[in-house]
Amino acid sequence: MQFWENITTFFSAENYTLFVVSLGSGILCFAAGVVGTFTYLRKRALIGDVISHSVLPGVAIAFMLTGVKNPIYFLTGAIISGLLSIWIVDFVQAKSKLKPDTILALTLSVFFGVGIVLLTRIQHSGVAAQSGLDSFLFGQAASMGIFDVKLFSAIAVINIICITVFLRGFSLVSFDEHYAKGLGFNISILKSFLALITVITVAIGVQAVGVVLMAALLITPAAGARFLTNSIPKMLAFAGLFGFLSGLIGVFISYSGTGMPTGPWIVVVLSIFALIAILFGKKKGVFARMRLRKSNNVKINNENVLKDIYKLADKGNNTISVQDLIEKEKHSLSKLKSTLNRLEATDYIDQVRGLVILSDKGRIAAREVIRKHRLWEIYLSKYFQLDEDHLHDDAEGIEHVITPEIEKELIKLLDRPKTDPHQSEIPY
Amino acid sequence: MMDFYIILTASLVAINCALMGCFLVMRKMVMIGDAISHAVLPGIFIAYYISGTTASLPILIGAALSGILATIMIEWFTKKARLQSDAAIGISYTLLFAIGVILISKFGENADLDQECVLYGEIEYITGWLQPFIGGFELPKQTIILLIVCVILITAVVWGYKGLFITTFDPNFALSTGVAVTFWHYFLMSGVSLTTVVSFESVGAILVIAFLSGPPAIAYLLTEDFKKMLVLACLVGIACSVAGYYFAVWLDVSVAGSIATMIGIAFIVVFTFTSLLKSKADVISA
Repeated sequence: MQFWENITTFFSAENYTLFVVSLGSGILCFAAGVVGTFTYLRKRALIGDVISHSVLPGVAIAFMLTGVKNPIYFLTGAIISGLLSIWIVDFVQAKSKLKPDTILALTLSVFFGVGIVLLTRIQHSGVAAQSGLDSFLFGQAASMGIFDVKLFSAIAVINIICITVFLRGFSLVSFDEHYAKGLGFNISILKSFLALITVITVAIGVQAVGVVLMAALLITPAAGARFLTNSIPKMLAFAGLFGFLSGLIGVFISYSGTGMPTGPWIVVVLSIFALIAILFGKKKGVFARMRLRKSNNVKINNENVLKDIYKLADKGNNTISVQDLIEKEKHSLSKLKSTLNRLEATDYIDQVRGLVILSDKGRIAAREVIRKHRLWEIYLSKYFQLDEDHLHDDAEGIEHVITPEIEKELIKLLDRPKTDPHQSEIPY
Repeated sequence: MMDFYIILTASLVAINCALMGCFLVMRKMVMIGDAISHAVLPGIFIAYYISGTTASLPILIGAALSGILATIMIEWFTKKARLQSDAAIGISYTLLFAIGVILISKFGENADLDQECVLYGEIEYITGWLQPFIGGFELPKQTIILLIVCVILITAVVWGYKGLFITTFDPNFALSTGVAVTFWHYFLMSGVSLTTVVSFESVGAILVIAFLSGPPAIAYLLTEDFKKMLVLACLVGIACSVAGYYFAVWLDVSVAGSIATMIGIAFIVVFTFTSLLKSKADVISA
């Protein structure tokens, strides 16, 4: 089996290059995922896109000035022009009526344009050492060396230390700058710090995965993690983990296939992780919300039918047929029947030869819904001075979501009223 | 003659992008244009792989389809998954671009197609495909297509001006008076896709984004009147194309990059100028 052979080679660390590349990619994606969490939470996910395009002129200028391909010079140039791009975005946003999206698009395209101008200038000037600058555009993860791995590890450690130290500050800045300011945090220092570690991470990462795909390393892990948890430390952990695993798996796939590029595979794997989280997230996932909506609908249906039965019985109608219920609220027959069967299965009602009888449990439940409905009507008319004919529709919706605690509060607030605004009695 | 062809082509792209860009800027949707222009890669490659040619029509159809796929993905992520919109855009286009690069490296060793051409375009080589045009006049193939699209877009903007305008500036009012907001959204997005797709081949994704965002932003700083803004954005785009071309020839550098640089310079000048005027006005009124 080719696949198992690949797996064993992959994990035995026999192949030194492969070991280096996979470790490097994993660490890089981890670092990016962690920093990306904050750009995501600040709703500035696309700033990563801007930075990664904007490092190009910095790299080109570094080469033009020094004439050598030294990664340290490149990195310095990249970081300076990356920071400049963030500063310009913030400055223009503060000083003009232009909206963020316009400024982002303009900044990234102009910086990149300048970068291309400089790059073509270098190429046409015929300097022998110019080859390899392209790797900044499209990334060359496969050519990663042990030096790169050390670099990535260093940035990962820096990111972790910064985030651990400033966790509270970064979190507050991400959610509510004004509140953070009120608590005495120095917003501009926190923001510059965040910008700095973001720029450094992007500047380093671009060499591995390229300008376009670098944005994904920041955004995608955080987006996936957001669907799994509400806690920032957990979100950081998930995003880092997604990044690390995608780095490893992406390298493995590109190693297994011939001529497979590494960066794009990392992005595809990351997207799959994120998609799984988005679909299956326990509380926020697409399916979880679908289930919740469905169970809410079931609950609302149940309660409405119980209420109708109770009201009919209250009017002295002892034998309630399915037909009576249909006439009362225009339920569709099939839906009503399935609701009735469900209610019978949970002992809220009994069905005998087409007639429906409330059980004690059903009676209590129905009274509860009616009570909440009428309490809400009183509340609305008392505190919002709504007309009588405006009360019902609103109460019809809210009666299903009032919790026992809110109900208690309402009773206390309204001083345990006896009748609602339509003079119907409130069943306690 | 070559100068003329290149400047004409760039100017046509500038006009197309400016017309769409003004609406995108006002709707805060410029980054969707960015996403579409990157996301066309897989569509282009699949069209090339199936049809076996780099002929324009199949490539255009492929690109348009993956552009539409990108908008649908973004829509799904924001509406159904409730992902915040910037992240939805980021995830969608990076994934499509990554798939495109993978497809090209797996199946397209001999393909006359790579990610660089999507980013930069090949405006310098445009004159390689001259085609007869009206009255014995010859124009590059790309330029003819851009000209047709330009006519379509101008017609669409003039015809649909009212709907586009109202849904851009007051979507709630539009909704309450029964204007089909969704229709105009997709009307505009089709225009944006068309523009991006026909432009990327000649000028590349980066210049498309620069044209979509820059000239409209400059025009918006100079005027509040939307009709004037549309015209002004077209003029700024053309001026940057002309200046950028000669700058590129002078320094022997990439034309697309040089035009983007000119847009940046124009923006800096106008931004500084309007900011100074504004602060002066503030001082006087104070």
